[in-house]
Amino acid sequence: MPKHTTEQITEKEWPLWEVFIRSKAGLDHKHCGSVHASDAEIALESARDVYTRRSEGISIWVVPSNAITASKPEDKESLFEPADDKIYRHPTFYDIPKGAGKM
Amino acid sequence: MYGDTSIQKPIKIAEPTSAEQARLEEIFQQKIDDDIKIEPQEWMPAAYRKTLVRQMSQHAHSEVIGMQPEGNWLTRAPSLRRKVILLAKIQDEGGHGLYIYSAAETLGTSRAEMIEQLQSGKAKYSSIFNYPALTWADMGTIGWLVDGAAITNQVALSRGSYGPYSRAMIRICKEESFHQRQGYELLLTLSKGTKEQKEMLQESVNRFWWPSLMMFGPNDANSPHSAQSMKWKIKKKSNDQLRQEFIDATVPQAEFLGITLPDPDLKWNEERGHYDYGAIDWEEFGNVINGNGPCNKQRLANHIKAHEDGAWVREAAAAYAEKQQKKRVA
Ligand SMILES: [Fe+2]
Ligand SMILES: [Fe+2]
Ligand SMILES: [Fe+2]
Repeated sequence: MPKHTTEQITEKEWPLWEVFIRSKAGLDHKHCGSVHASDAEIALESARDVYTRRSEGISIWVVPSNAITASKPEDKESLFEPADDKIYRHPTFYDIPKGAGKM
Repeated sequence: MYGDTSIQKPIKIAEPTSAEQARLEEIFQQKIDDDIKIEPQEWMPAAYRKTLVRQMSQHAHSEVIGMQPEGNWLTRAPSLRRKVILLAKIQDEGGHGLYIYSAAETLGTSRAEMIEQLQSGKAKYSSIFNYPALTWADMGTIGWLVDGAAITNQVALSRGSYGPYSRAMIRICKEESFHQRQGYELLLTLSKGTKEQKEMLQESVNRFWWPSLMMFGPNDANSPHSAQSMKWKIKKKSNDQLRQEFIDATVPQAEFLGITLPDPDLKWNEERGHYDYGAIDWEEFGNVINGNGPCNKQRLANHIKAHEDGAWVREAAAAYAEKQQKKRVA
């Protein structure tokens, strides 16, 4: 049996960090998971061990999970739907005669 | 086992308590039917969440406990090449555990809680890791059969409905192929070796064949509540379907190795287009799952010891972080 009760462990559990990795030069950092770590440096090292064992990255960001503000799923409509009917924002909306050349 | 929790008490599916609840459930099921992945913050039925937490934690525990049978042979690997391979494989399994714990935590259960449930015996892990690794040939057999069975299961799981779990599975599947190939290569080497080496190979496969088939969980007829998991696309294929896939892929590989599989009923069925196989000893499976396998006590005791021996490190690092934090504020 473990000595610690769930409560005691939870209290001492290292905070959670979200991990973002740039897989090669020229690409964006991409979210890939999370790690528990006592501080940012250890979070970086753990992220290296956990998520880049096969040269999957050349740069890592770690961000405290609780520092992220996320949009809510229920706000999806009010946030994103206004863009749906603005078809004139896309190049295919415009008819350009062939004679004008490649555009 | 990786995709099956039917050996445990079924999770109750509550009837919707209001019209609003019923509407949410309908929208949810529609998303599942349309193959739209479910992401952490979205509404989901309580039983969907609970089923996932149970299955994912069981899966993560299996990865972590699975490091032990192979860890047993690290110091006795016959060459530096085999040693670095085995070390890398075991390290991957630890990583797999962490990917899945991380994905499971998005459902609101902390890793500490999951580990507590493992250590108290409340949560299960794959029965296969309660068998001992007795010979060096077992290092090959585990890679070939155990990781082979895990891959069959995990490929199906990677198409599951919960986003974070599915993404963790995709990542894991990319790494598993190395595990199976290194195991098969090891066995191929033994198959070309001395008489003793060939015997060691055959003996190892004899021991691991049936437990590997058990990894897929009970027969479909005895796994009644997996229908709900299929409806929610937590499970994409049934236990028997996956088991059959694994057998069909594995038998020719055994032939290539020049070994036999310990099942007199195993034969190609032209009509079905699959191999027929003999009855599985489910009593043995039940015993091993319920704590009476050859190594259950040792596996848990090792896990608890490692966890407790590491407590001072976790505490020291937390204290150091707190101190640095205070310095920064001051
Ligand atoms: Fe694994
Ligand atoms: Fe696995
Ligand atoms: Fe593996």
